[in-house]
Amino acid sequence: MSTAAFIVIAILTLAPALAAASLPKLIHAALSFALAFVGIAAFFFLLGAEFVGLVQIFVYIGAVAVLIVFTILLTRRDAATPDKFNWGGVVIAIAVFGGLIWAIFLTPGLSIAPPQIEALTVKRIGEVLMTDYVWPLQCVGLVLTAALIGALILVMEEKP
Amino acid sequence: MTPTLTLFLTISAALFSIGLLAALSRRHAIFILIGIEMMLAAANLNFVAFWRFSPQPQPPIGVMVAIFSIAIAAAEAAVGLALVIAIYRHYRTTNVDQLDQLQG
Repeated sequence: MSTAAFIVIAILTLAPALAAASLPKLIHAALSFALAFVGIAAFFFLLGAEFVGLVQIFVYIGAVAVLIVFTILLTRRDAATPDKFNWGGVVIAIAVFGGLIWAIFLTPGLSIAPPQIEALTVKRIGEVLMTDYVWPLQCVGLVLTAALIGALILVMEEKP
Repeated sequence: MTPTLTLFLTISAALFSIGLLAALSRRHAIFILIGIEMMLAAANLNFVAFWRFSPQPQPPIGVMVAIFSIAIAAAEAAVGLALVIAIYRHYRTTNVDQLDQLQG
């Protein structure tokens, strides 16, 4: 885990995230959002959780970002109007950030180097998913099915 | 020198605050959803960082929680965007300031 890679990924994550939060045009914000999630996936790779990084790329850039772009295009007339920026949110966000930083730096024993670990293989994750986590896995499948059916019903054209 | 856990937590806190900023200060419903997704991703980053910096438990709990959390976030995004489209059909706007019919 090298510091140079960490700094580069941190910049590549936080800059698009800030852009996504502050760009006035929705479509630019959605593309910055996708870029920020590439950065978070890179963090997962850096942390040795390659599978989570891949899932992040598939789900967020492959599905959620495309879904957001589709929604922006479907609600286009509204997306053209400029967005009013509410500065109260900035104050609250900075306050929350300060609180979190304060808590992090006051907690002892956090500035540790990563221990040596054996690599987490996809085979191991599959074994764990199918043994210890088989019930959560089924529940997540049920939740996803219900959510997709619910989303379909929500956007279905109402019969006259 | 390698990055410590503190650095990862700091990045995660920054990402969470940016998500909160997007969710609180923008008026388009899609911006609010983007902010919520960003906050969820920051939480996932925390889970994986704590897993990586702890003595390795069996099974790898942090990674598992992160995977399930991503699945739930995907479901949330699908339902949220469907709601945005349904609201847009009904009111012809996605500006949350104008959706005040239930306001007393």
